[in-house]
Amino acid sequence: MPEAIEWRSAELRAVRDLSPDIRLFEIKPAGEFVPPTPGSHFNIMVHINGRPDVRNYSAIGIGTDGIYRIAVKRLPNSRGGSAYMWTLAPGARLTMSTPGNHFELSRGRPDYLLLAGGIGITPIFTMTLALAETRANFRLLYAARCQQDLALADELRNRIGDRLQVFLSDEGRRVDIAAAIARLQPDGEFYVCGPIGMLEDAKREWQRSGRPVDRLRFETFGNSGRFASEAFKVKIPRLGLEIDVPLNQTMLESLEGAGVDMMFDCRRGECGLCALPILETHGIVDHRDVFFSDEEKAANTRLCTCVSRVIGGSITVDTPDR
Amino acid sequence: MSESSPFPLNAWYAAAWSHEIKHELAARTICEKDVVLYRRDDGAVVALEDACWHRLLPLSLGRLRGNEVVCGYHGLVFNSAGRCTYMPAQKTINPSAAVHAHPIIERHRLVWIWPGDPALADPAKMPDFHWNDGTDWVGEGGTFYKLGCDYRLVVDNLMDLTHETYVHVGTIGDEAITGTPFEVSHTDHTATVTRWMTNIDPPPFWATQLGKAGKADRWQIIYFQAPSIIVGDVGVAPTGTGAPQGDRSQGINGAFLAAVTPETKRTCHYFWNFVRTFKKDDAELTRQINRAHVNDGQGVYDQDVTVLEAQQRAIDRNPRLPFYNLNIDAGALWARRMIDRLLASEHGQSARPPGVAAE
Repeated sequence: MPEAIEWRSAELRAVRDLSPDIRLFEIKPAGEFVPPTPGSHFNIMVHINGRPDVRNYSAIGIGTDGIYRIAVKRLPNSRGGSAYMWTLAPGARLTMSTPGNHFELSRGRPDYLLLAGGIGITPIFTMTLALAETRANFRLLYAARCQQDLALADELRNRIGDRLQVFLSDEGRRVDIAAAIARLQPDGEFYVCGPIGMLEDAKREWQRSGRPVDRLRFETFGNSGRFASEAFKVKIPRLGLEIDVPLNQTMLESLEGAGVDMMFDCRRGECGLCALPILETHGIVDHRDVFFSDEEKAANTRLCTCVSRVIGGSITVDTPDR
Repeated sequence: MSESSPFPLNAWYAAAWSHEIKHELAARTICEKDVVLYRRDDGAVVALEDACWHRLLPLSLGRLRGNEVVCGYHGLVFNSAGRCTYMPAQKTINPSAAVHAHPIIERHRLVWIWPGDPALADPAKMPDFHWNDGTDWVGEGGTFYKLGCDYRLVVDNLMDLTHETYVHVGTIGDEAITGTPFEVSHTDHTATVTRWMTNIDPPPFWATQLGKAGKADRWQIIYFQAPSIIVGDVGVAPTGTGAPQGDRSQGINGAFLAAVTPETKRTCHYFWNFVRTFKKDDAELTRQINRAHVNDGQGVYDQDVTVLEAQQRAIDRNPRLPFYNLNIDAGALWARRMIDRLLASEHGQSARPPGVAAE
């Protein structure tokens, strides 16, 4: 939904580690407190190599105590946002937005299925508490790599008991999404936040179930793929350019850095404005967007440069420059 | 008056008469939020944000296709939950594409909207407006859409009927009103003004309807439910038949009903009715009463509109001047305090700015 957000100055009040690489931040904003709704996020000004940039983090909890809470996962291949956040100590000054919401929770549905993968638990956690408070029917499936990565799981278990089911990949447990959808009441809704592979599985199974497309709600964090990220090379014959995309930058950022005139909007793989035609590929294109359909991704004729990457080689693309 | 928002968002407000909402798009502004209303095939009323997610064109300029709204600019389609179900020239749908769907309740012959946080939209918070159901009480009212004043000026107007003596001279106005003291009581979200004028000559309308000679006892019991619902229990009974003690069986009873919905800070939609429990089958009387209220500028409510809009213009031209309050304003002031408390709880601030003089 179109919404107006406002920038606020804020102070980091406390931090607490929820797992070895997930840290909770409690932030006190200045001015009138706008309480977050389930599924909402904050834009936070981060500093990367001395340059300001903006990152989005989901709101944790809908508390009206005047404190905004987020959780940030420290990523080994961070583009700089999470590394910056992890340098902050209580007392640090921040610039952040009032909450916006691209992942709104609908009220009053007969049944809900919630699915979280890894750090994708952050918006799902808040939705879970909101649904528990209104005594809605729901189930939460939470997948993570291992026990110590299960941020917020204890609190969830205390609140919702066995409506939480945990799936740890190091124990060989995988979520059976098709079976979970089959258990959901006909007018129920499915909310997913997790890595792109989980999203694609969810979309595929939802489509297969024949349920209305609008009752699958999902949010992506735009930095996960089927493959681990690697550096790769981009060739643009039209401009006579060869550009290296390092591990800690997106293709879009590298192209912009090299002076390519790029069009973009969302920078999280949703709008499709930054997509470029693929002329040739050496390696695998890891499509990490939700803009292209499965068929379009398989055809491999265009890619969303803001999130997608190449594994094991290089890519040759065209631009709209004439 | 402060420029901060004068209306709570977390409340049920009348948005339309039920009969006005059909299987077609109808635009309204409620609490500065543009909404498009329509009725689905199954009879349920829908209220969506009236701005396409894509380029903000009002969806009310589009069209209905089945139970979905097609934007009149680029053809994006939104279902009755506000979710986009079609985007042109792409195979997928942007996951954040949605417009807000406001909670709706259809009750008491009106469509009520909750402009605030949907999570707080509790049907139990619906105001009691059963007088408008068309069952025990009958009457046909109407709406002043886009009335040019702050909705609270209408509340002030109805919470103090002293004005009848001066604004409605020769119809319902009567010197007995100004000459009779009144009582005010309140709960944490209602206020009631009670005035009994005993042993008086009833004014012409009431004398005719009562059809009994002699002195009468007249009552006006005005009941306010925050933020902007007013029901005025009014009537007359022959003096000595026990009406002030609770026996109204020899009298006649009416009620003026007002659901006042903020449109902007300076305009409102005033849904009104006058209902009665006497001569319920007299359709001609129903028409007469309707015309007595609104009649091409000559009705009693037309007279109020003239006053209210002139008052708002004067407020706008004298923005720093305070209101002075009289004893007669007690009911209105209690009503405004209830509104201020709702605003304070919504914005997490103290109910009244300190130090504003003139009280």
